[in-house]
Amino acid sequence: MTIERLSGAHLLTKALAELEVEYIFGYPGGSVLDIYDAIFQQDKVSHILVRHEQAATHMADGYTRATGKCGVVLATSGPGNTNCITGIATAYMDSIPMVVLAGQVASSLIGGDAFQETDIVGCSRPIVKHSFNCRDVNDIPNVLAKAFYLAETGRPGPVVVELPKDILNPDIKVPFVLNKDVKIRSYNPNVKGHSKQIKKAVEKIVNAKKLVVYTGGGIILANAAEQLTALVERLNAPCTNTLMGLGGISGLHDNFIGMLGMHGTAEANKAMANADIILALGARFDDRVTNKVEKFCPNATIIHVDIDPTSISKTVSAHIPIVGLVDVVMAQINKELDDVGYQSSADTFKDWWQDINQWRKLNSFSYETKEDLIKPQQVVEAVYKHTNGDAYVCSDVGQHQMFAAQYYPFKNPRQWINSGGLGTMGFGFPAAMGVKLAFPDSHVVCITGDGSIQMNIQEMSTCLQYDIPVVIVSLNNRSLGMVRQWQDMIYGGRHSSSYMESLPDFVKLAEAYGHVGMQVNHPDELDDAIKEAFAIKNRLVFVDVLVDENEHVYPMQVRFGAVDDMWLKKGEKV
Amino acid sequence: MRRIISILLENEPGALSRIVGLFSQRAFNIESLCVAETDEPSLSRITISTFGDDKILEQITKQVNKLVDVIKVADLTERPHIEREIVLVKVLAMNNKTRTEVMRISDIFRGDIVDVGKQIYTVQLTGDEDKISSFISILSNETEIIEVVRSGTVGIARGEKALRA
Ligand SMILES: Cc1ncc(C[n+]2csc(CCOP(=O)(O)OP(=O)(O)O)c2C)c(N)n1
Ligand SMILES: [Mg+2]
Repeated sequence: MTIERLSGAHLLTKALAELEVEYIFGYPGGSVLDIYDAIFQQDKVSHILVRHEQAATHMADGYTRATGKCGVVLATSGPGNTNCITGIATAYMDSIPMVVLAGQVASSLIGGDAFQETDIVGCSRPIVKHSFNCRDVNDIPNVLAKAFYLAETGRPGPVVVELPKDILNPDIKVPFVLNKDVKIRSYNPNVKGHSKQIKKAVEKIVNAKKLVVYTGGGIILANAAEQLTALVERLNAPCTNTLMGLGGISGLHDNFIGMLGMHGTAEANKAMANADIILALGARFDDRVTNKVEKFCPNATIIHVDIDPTSISKTVSAHIPIVGLVDVVMAQINKELDDVGYQSSADTFKDWWQDINQWRKLNSFSYETKEDLIKPQQVVEAVYKHTNGDAYVCSDVGQHQMFAAQYYPFKNPRQWINSGGLGTMGFGFPAAMGVKLAFPDSHVVCITGDGSIQMNIQEMSTCLQYDIPVVIVSLNNRSLGMVRQWQDMIYGGRHSSSYMESLPDFVKLAEAYGHVGMQVNHPDELDDAIKEAFAIKNRLVFVDVLVDENEHVYPMQVRFGAVDDMWLKKGEKV
Repeated sequence: MRRIISILLENEPGALSRIVGLFSQRAFNIESLCVAETDEPSLSRITISTFGDDKILEQITKQVNKLVDVIKVADLTERPHIEREIVLVKVLAMNNKTRTEVMRISDIFRGDIVDVGKQIYTVQLTGDEDKISSFISILSNETEIIEVVRSGTVGIARGEKALRA
């Protein structure tokens, strides 16, 4: 038998195929032309040519968030790599697996300020889970296997692999050796919860009078939504999700009390503030949840389950820390509940549910409609209606993001895709494209704003090239709405640079890119327009909805207050 | 409170920069840092002297542990341990009186004169941080200090306890 000898670039494409990569999102340049030549000569892995490398990272990211499979980005040395930084940071903050193949100048030139040389491993160091400087052509397949393994296991995250041009040389051929069974002695990601801690936690849960189950993105990443729902039902406990955790339990479930935090429901934040036991699962007590940490739930015993020990007691101190995979720990909790003979009844938390139902009556998501002005909330409700609540909803960052999170109840995990940790404007549209590639038959909508959409609007060209018919719904308030809201509330209404005076004609722009553009500006036309947009299946549709430019997102936590100090409306606090 | 963190990690390019980057990125303090290969050439050992309260220390050790290259982390100051630092001090030794005084102080501290020039002495001393600091301060009362090079602290646990892969 002769062993196949391949060049570095061909080793790379072959390894990607063996690691079951479907798509590479990338952009060519001098240092990676050998890879592009190898991609051309195979048909297992498809390459999507973006129009800006940042968009490539968000596309890979959106693809990953929807499928659970690690996305792959390819960029050339220097500016190609630096353009990836925002997308790497976005993935890092939300613990999304990603492998970034970063071209580099030839090894002999590294360190000499060669043309298009940047130290991408150095630049990205604080925003990656790990990185590799691949220096030997023989190592390429196994470095890739390690990169995927690290990106996908434990607390997931982006991994950068730097590939100098000389190891991709078509004339240097070596045997293909790929070991898929990766082991790294310094890395041990599969963790079970400590049994003593599980016992302690269950003892607290069983005796709780006012239990809240508070869950985050960890539940989504661990594919543990069904398990969570079963546990919540078994305990008959109220469950709240973070912005990243939406869909962890159905948004329509009776036990779901809404999102918590800065723009969460009154009932979720009140329940947290009044809880005696908080069971935190795959959530990290982010400052957008806790509000002032010193005032956060002073009377609650906190059980904190997370795969990452650094997340535990980083901001809020946990009374019962449990390090472990959240699905494994939930199974352990269930088993312990069995062992202690736990049985809930219709009466479990009866008084507690009475309190919660009182808070629900505050109706904190109510808003006033106007006869001749579209309210942004109405748009999201129309999108919900005409997608049967089944769409993948990708959002950008701003008021529209919060409206999407509030008014589109997500039945399933991975349905809601947004940049929660970094808050990256420009994320939504390319992310939606990545989702649509993975699920061409599903509704995929990008709910965006007039500011955010312009941060990656050039990708409409990519959509035409690869036939990616997402629906873009822009809540056009002619302003950087979220900035403007803060200026209204904190800066005496001085709208410094939050007003966009020279918006393009988005309808013409969409048409110029070869797509369908629509504009709506009257409430009476809204429903039909949204219906029509989702009825067009094979074209990208850009719906520019002119909405009330003075709307604010409510509820909103009062700055520096407790978790449940909230503005319900302008001038109305609870 | 001052702490000494011992780290066992892969002897790979980039590993040290990840540690140093982590400290600066998260605003942790580094008072001193020592790094070298161990008896097993694929591993490096780093000793970092730092300070912070219990909560910060907990974060430091957890964050360091989380780095993929890191195999083990220990806070040496939690239990009995030995710590050592080496210092080289170059001082002016212009006349007999200062020369005698420098030698006398070095003797008391069990230091060695390792280089002698026309007008300078270079003294080498090992010990813990306190000993070295007081040595330098006493010397500076007697003569002019020209240069001080401290290695930073290395440390090891007392007894059977060992940090190994
Ligand atoms: C890349 C980036 N730059 C700046 C910000 C700060 N920022 C947060 S929301 C926002 C306004 C977004 O405007 P738009 O997309 O129109 O959404 P709206 O709030 O009006 O719905 C800005 C500038 C950000 N999140 N991301
Ligand atoms: Mg706007």
